[in-house]
Amino acid sequence: MSEAGPAGTGSEAGSEAPGFVIVGAGECGTRAALALREAGYDGPVTLVGTEIHTPYERPPLSKDAIAADMPEPKTIGGADGLAERGIVFRPGVTVVSLDRAAQVVVLSDGTRLAYHRLLLATGARPRALPVPGIDGPNVATLRGLEDAARIRAALGPGRRLAVIGGGFIGLELAASARRLGTEVTVIEALPRLLSRGVPEEVAGILAARHEAEGVRLIFGARIVEVTGDGVALEGGITVPADLVLVGIGAVPETALAEAAGLAIDNGIAVDDRLATSDPAIFAAGDCAAFLHPGYGRRIRLESWRSAQEQGTLAARNMLGAEQPVSAVPWFWSDQYDLTLQIAGLAEGSITTVRRPVGEGFVLFHLGPEGRLLAASGVGPGNAVAKDIRLAEMLIARGAHPDPEALATVPNLKKLLSA
Amino acid sequence: MAWIRACSADDIDEEDVARFDHDGRTFAIYHSPDGEFFATDGLCTHEQIHLADGLVLDNIIECPKHNGRFDYRTGEAKGAPVCVDLNTYKVKVEDGEVFVDV
Repeated sequence: MSEAGPAGTGSEAGSEAPGFVIVGAGECGTRAALALREAGYDGPVTLVGTEIHTPYERPPLSKDAIAADMPEPKTIGGADGLAERGIVFRPGVTVVSLDRAAQVVVLSDGTRLAYHRLLLATGARPRALPVPGIDGPNVATLRGLEDAARIRAALGPGRRLAVIGGGFIGLELAASARRLGTEVTVIEALPRLLSRGVPEEVAGILAARHEAEGVRLIFGARIVEVTGDGVALEGGITVPADLVLVGIGAVPETALAEAAGLAIDNGIAVDDRLATSDPAIFAAGDCAAFLHPGYGRRIRLESWRSAQEQGTLAARNMLGAEQPVSAVPWFWSDQYDLTLQIAGLAEGSITTVRRPVGEGFVLFHLGPEGRLLAASGVGPGNAVAKDIRLAEMLIARGAHPDPEALATVPNLKKLLSA
Repeated sequence: MAWIRACSADDIDEEDVARFDHDGRTFAIYHSPDGEFFATDGLCTHEQIHLADGLVLDNIIECPKHNGRFDYRTGEAKGAPVCVDLNTYKVKVEDGEVFVDV
């Protein structure tokens, strides 16, 4: 790949009109690049990624990439998908500055890229745990391929893993580590697992399963320090560990946007079209707090599907589509042979309806006047997937389904036509 | 190629799907809203997930895990995250029994 000329010469594309620059080559940014082409745009598209890898799918990193030793990550859009579509991929570089007046970004290798529209898909980084010893060589977080490879190498029979944080990444890694015969302890500050966004009954199923698989769960723990021997807790307990995995959430990557003076609101603040406070700049995915018309306020999601959907929507809107966000939040987690799926946001729910589904169940969370707000399901395999998908469609419609029918109707699809 | 009995026509509701395993392979059998039967490979081309756990809406099957969508009549992948089409198989119904040409 040819490098750009001296600073100040403008666009890498020379005399060509400035096109689209996408900062961040994760699921969101890469999907946005592909979506620009799918929408028929044939001008310059540059995708800038900090990692050296061809964009790849991250969900397996805590699952099969650990438990099944998956050799190669799955690329997004195919191994040569970017090149085939004429998308310029710039791996291993970061954007060091953003000049909004000139509509130019400067990369860490000195390249200047002029843009007509800029998409910030900078993602999120693991939240730091401020305790002594956290910088030690036995402490890991999981975000990328190298992290997964390093964690994988430290697991196995006779090895001990301490997971700090009973959230999705930590629990998925705990399950994968058990598959490899690792001794696992999960250390959670709150009284239960997954207290952010997962109902207690569902979290309880997962907790019971982890314990049945031999994972030690410690709740209400306060961490004093991490040492070479493991994790020291208040009360004098030490959890012995060869590897300490910190999974206590993620922080949106907003530094570039902040430095450029864009509005920030628990993420890069965007409207319901994913435009920032600068109309030439959009933001999407984990880094963006977007105005969701269905909730009437800004929300920020850290999930694979919303990264895809927002990347695609941002691409269309950068081309002038003016489409508001409409997708219902949705995510899933795999632990052992159990899959959890949640659609919608349960906060504000007043009543819960329980629907048995095979060996699993779905909880429907109903708000004022019986409006369906969210559905959470857990079960073996993909037992709950159909019902959660139908619930998602009902939520999107603002439906007020009959609670009795939710619990008992043989096929929930009937409620769609009700 | 051989015609193999997969199930009874009554086993699958209209606008629904069922899994059929045969000789180490897995298939998905569909009953369309207008009463026709179709068959495709049973696993999504994205991540080897059983499509029979997914939702059928009109002529589309949606993968239960990552929402990849296919037209089950033609096997055509309908966009991200799926980009590889499904193989399809001939289906016939005789005396209320569904046969697939595997």
